[in-house]
Amino acid sequence: MTLSTYALTDSWTMTRRELAHWARQPVQVVVSLVFPVMLLLMFGYLIGGGRGVEGSYIDYLVPGMLALTMAFGLEGTMIAVTQDLNKGVIDRFRTMPMANGAVLVGRSAADMLQSALALTVMMAVGYALGWRVDGDLGAFLGAVGLLLLFRFAMLWIGIHLALVAGKPEMVQAVQILVWPIGFLSNALAHPGSMPDWLGTAVEWNPMSRTATAVRDLFAGTGTEHVGAAVVWPLVLLGVFFPLAVRRFGRLSK
Amino acid sequence: MADTAITVEGAHKKYGEKKALDGLDLRVARGTVHGVLGPNGAGKTTLVRVLSTLLRPDSGRIEVAGHDVVTESRAVRVRIGLLGQHAALDEELGGRQNLELFGRLYHLGARHARVRADELLERFGLTDTGRKAVRQYSGGMRRRLDLAASLITDPEVLFLDEPTTGLDPRGRAEVWTAVRSLVGGGTTVLLATQYLEEADQLADRISVVDAGRVVADGTADELKAATGGDRIDVVLRDAGQLGAAVALLPFDPAGVRVDTDRRLLSAPVTDRMAALSGVVRALQEAGIEAEDVALRRPTLDEVFLHLTGDDRRVKEPA
Repeated sequence: MTLSTYALTDSWTMTRRELAHWARQPVQVVVSLVFPVMLLLMFGYLIGGGRGVEGSYIDYLVPGMLALTMAFGLEGTMIAVTQDLNKGVIDRFRTMPMANGAVLVGRSAADMLQSALALTVMMAVGYALGWRVDGDLGAFLGAVGLLLLFRFAMLWIGIHLALVAGKPEMVQAVQILVWPIGFLSNALAHPGSMPDWLGTAVEWNPMSRTATAVRDLFAGTGTEHVGAAVVWPLVLLGVFFPLAVRRFGRLSK
Repeated sequence: MADTAITVEGAHKKYGEKKALDGLDLRVARGTVHGVLGPNGAGKTTLVRVLSTLLRPDSGRIEVAGHDVVTESRAVRVRIGLLGQHAALDEELGGRQNLELFGRLYHLGARHARVRADELLERFGLTDTGRKAVRQYSGGMRRRLDLAASLITDPEVLFLDEPTTGLDPRGRAEVWTAVRSLVGGGTTVLLATQYLEEADQLADRISVVDAGRVVADGTADELKAATGGDRIDVVLRDAGQLGAAVALLPFDPAGVRVDTDRRLLSAPVTDRMAALSGVVRALQEAGIEAEDVALRRPTLDEVFLHLTGDDRRVKEPA
């Protein structure tokens, strides 16, 4: 076998390792799926109301919450990578003739799978709450694709932060910071309802771009925001993917 | 050089200002157990991490199983196993799952990885662990599984870094037995340890390491001989008479060590029998009661402290 087929089989082996962790801890998996649903219910019924939103709030809220869930995935990735790096097992991986990046690829694959599951569950709950898709199938799939693309960018930021910080204490700091950054978006409220400076910050938040484009696609009201929702995650990936891969390679120094 | 498994020439590694390896040289013959003995911070772990491709040295020529650890790290990795200070296992998974995972990453193929996992579980007495996660294993079980994981490919060279640190005597005995059983199979073992007894028990040759370099090299017997032959130990009933006994006995005071807590005085001897009878007679005549008088070889402890220039810890100020 050549080096590149090893890269594939090793990545698959590492993905299976993550799935084996799921099988061992099904409760954790369920909790990770329930948490965003709870947020959706909370904002839908308890404290939401949708400041500045025209039309049905649930149609505004569900796409926003989907984007928010993808953003919060960053912290899940960071926790998992930090834990892995602080375990002795990483030393064994590094003394084996396995493909270098397989550890990270396994992480990404598992996280993307978890996110796809989370999206499915949340859309099902959203549907039960009255959220409807008016766009065609292509638009629907496009919206899901944009959400996962955004998640993929968050994933590599999470990996990079874990590699740079590398300590459980830093994870806590990021966990706290993720909240204001997540809410400083148009996920829950329309920027028009905010003070000007805040509205501008919110509009610039990459997450808002994704949320807006996804809303339009689900509603079938156009694709003018799709460009930004594709470009922003790609820019983030362009920065953090090479940084993370380089950082991982340097661990042995 | 086909019968050399590990070659280290002039290895240097600095962490900031601290020199972890400072021109270390080492040569380990194929199929032997080589002890690397030294206190904490002597550079043992750094050496093991460099040899096992985890750490890049600043300079030096370092070959393992005929391949350079820096430029041919992949070829080295195919041929080595590592049992580090901390268990290198996936704690969430079971024993079999761990071994199968590593087997697949060694590219054994699914079926072979499964068969190999079974063999190793059986060999290390872990067959009946079932689905239990490694997190719930005892220290000794974890260490055995860790060792099993290091042996999946029957490595040419195995690195053991403090393999029994933190284990109870039973766990230690388990690991020692496992290591002994390997040696017959032709594996070269590099054993880094701060336990003299461990090196004495397992190693064919020993390199004493201090401050990042080898300060002595040889078999346990050679090292003991280099420290200066046999010694006589006298344990008195009354520690207060130690001073009188030292003055009385026919030894060069420079070589005598006194340990008040243990009521012990210890001195190098040349003629064993003459020294023994001389001591017994002199003590009897002076009316000093002895509990024990014994001749012995120096321990590796004494060798070690002698070589690393820190024998103050043994000598009691008079």
